[in-house]
Amino acid sequence: MSEARRSGIRFEEVTVAYDGTVVLDGFDLTVEPGEVMALLGPSGSGKTTALRAVAGFVRPAAGRVLIGDRDVTGLPPHARDVGMVVQSYALFPHMRVADNVAFGLKARRTPRGEIAARVAEALEMVGMADYARRHPRELSGGQQQRVAIARALAVRPGVLLLDEPLSALDARLRSGMLAELDRLHRELPDVSVLYVTHDQVEALTLADRVAVMDRARLREVGTPEQLYRAPRRTFTADFVGAANLLPVVGAPGGTVRFGDARLKVASPAPSAGAEATLCVRPHRITLGEEAANVLRGTVTAVQWRGATHRVAVEVAGREVVAELPETAEPPAVGAEVPLSFAVRDGVLVDD
Amino acid sequence: MTETRPAATASPRTAPASTGPAAPAASASDTAERPGTGAAPPRTRGAGPSRRAGGSGLRLLWCLPPLLVLTVIFLYPLALVVVEGFRGGTGTYREVFASQAFTDALVTTVALAVGATVGCVVLGFVLALVVAFVPFPGSRGVARFVDVFLSFPSFLITLALLFVYGTVGMANGLWTGVTGAEEGPFRFLTTPWGVLLAEITYFTPFVMRPLLAAFAQVETGQIEAASSLGARPARIVRRVILPEAWPALMAGGSLVLVLCLNEFAIVLFTGAKDVVTLPMLVYSKAILSSDYTAACCVATVNVVLSVGLYALYRYVTGRAGRTGGTGRSSRRAGALA
Repeated sequence: MSEARRSGIRFEEVTVAYDGTVVLDGFDLTVEPGEVMALLGPSGSGKTTALRAVAGFVRPAAGRVLIGDRDVTGLPPHARDVGMVVQSYALFPHMRVADNVAFGLKARRTPRGEIAARVAEALEMVGMADYARRHPRELSGGQQQRVAIARALAVRPGVLLLDEPLSALDARLRSGMLAELDRLHRELPDVSVLYVTHDQVEALTLADRVAVMDRARLREVGTPEQLYRAPRRTFTADFVGAANLLPVVGAPGGTVRFGDARLKVASPAPSAGAEATLCVRPHRITLGEEAANVLRGTVTAVQWRGATHRVAVEVAGREVVAELPETAEPPAVGAEVPLSFAVRDGVLVDD
Repeated sequence: MTETRPAATASPRTAPASTGPAAPAASASDTAERPGTGAAPPRTRGAGPSRRAGGSGLRLLWCLPPLLVLTVIFLYPLALVVVEGFRGGTGTYREVFASQAFTDALVTTVALAVGATVGCVVLGFVLALVVAFVPFPGSRGVARFVDVFLSFPSFLITLALLFVYGTVGMANGLWTGVTGAEEGPFRFLTTPWGVLLAEITYFTPFVMRPLLAAFAQVETGQIEAASSLGARPARIVRRVILPEAWPALMAGGSLVLVLCLNEFAIVLFTGAKDVVTLPMLVYSKAILSSDYTAACCVATVNVVLSVGLYALYRYVTGRAGRTGGTGRSSRRAGALA
């Protein structure tokens, strides 16, 4: 879009409370101009509240929200210059698709001659140009969501707020729309996007950075790779992808001890005797002794999952799960097996 | 024809992604099948299955009891009124139509009813908006009170207004007490304005009730989407809320119009001797002058007026329901998909 208004979003110590219950607690986050930031967390983690604080539908009890350089904390929603797309689409049922998309342009008093072109452009962008004369009820869920996105983009907002935009769609449609959103953002590199989701696949696929939230607080921010490969917190390790979280103790020589095994990890090792939690991704564990760190234990369960075998092994009284490439001869339950993982795949996390 | 219809409408919904060539047909049958408003019963639905299910003889038998009751307690007395009006041919009608009293009453009735309806629609819409969308403590209580208010007798309101604005009411009492004047300035209660005030006061909840139900169906997400798109509250009311509540507003307004045309107690209780409406004319002809034939003529005109307006209302709301569309029905369609 032509007008390049690069504006990011900044939360400064934003706290929101309903009837004494704190739903967002000292939230600090900066979304750079043009960045896609996913707010990822379970329901009730405060992610939607954070988005609604940007849109202006909740008023923070404390802190400031900035869009670009503008402090919008006290501004009404209509003065904030954001585009918003919600899970339920929220299209206006009595208006045709084109009128839905034109709504924001008319509300912002766009010159009449310009509206038709902008509507066409926005609908073209989401591939709905042929449906301009339809009513929302004549469209499928995915098509309605495209129209909702076109409606939000037509006003050329500096900031796009997406609140679980794909949650109402079925799995196949969702992956299609995911690719679609990715393409849209490449076409609109100046728009900052705040993307609220509880789905880690959506967050990891779309976002430049992911902010992981839990119980009204921000837990960790990082690029998808950082959060996935080297999470710093137990909650992140567990919520973003599957994880084996094993209690370890610092040992001499920069190693940690788990049961009888001495393990070398990528993170700086704790001092000798100090307790820590080791995170190893199940699919990074292999059967055998090839890798540097070896664990030995008894197979307690084997699940066939199509492309993989999920093997649970009891090691030092703990269950360690390995996601192995499917094999013709998986280990039998009760068998003694060695498991191993590379140094770079073991990271220590904090609670 | 009736058998194929459900299948035809079902197919585009069960396969929402395929909106290619089948779509125009889908939209046509969609609009045909959608029920108009909350008030208008679906006409096409249900007719098919019941026609197939029962024998026609049995069905006729089931029709008899309600028809009988309807005839005895409603249609027969109504017919008596109409027949009485035609006693001695159309002479009485010509006489009544020619009289100035009748013309005045007709004009007064229609003017009062239209005025009260406009007042109720405007006031009811504003009040319902506030109750539904402006969060204030006790808004639920107000909504409940609207329900209770509907059960009040209409003369009660007039009586209450007499206490406030009547010749010896509170307002005038206050005025004479403060200024020492002989009489207070408030004497509009016995004029058409008094009747108008009483009717608007009493009938506004009849507009609010369906509106509150309609507002409850407006998705909060739509209002939020509109405001984040840059629409101020006035535009949201005009472009988002009003179109969705339109059928309810029309239903409430038409109900009030018909009720006002036939309102008797309010006019009687204000004691406005100059305000003669059609029901008042019937009353004075029948009870005061014992001219039953003329009374029946006026009553018939009143009935025709009511029925005609009701027909117009059904026609208008039917159209509004077909072309407009409410959030509720579109969501229902979504749930079916």
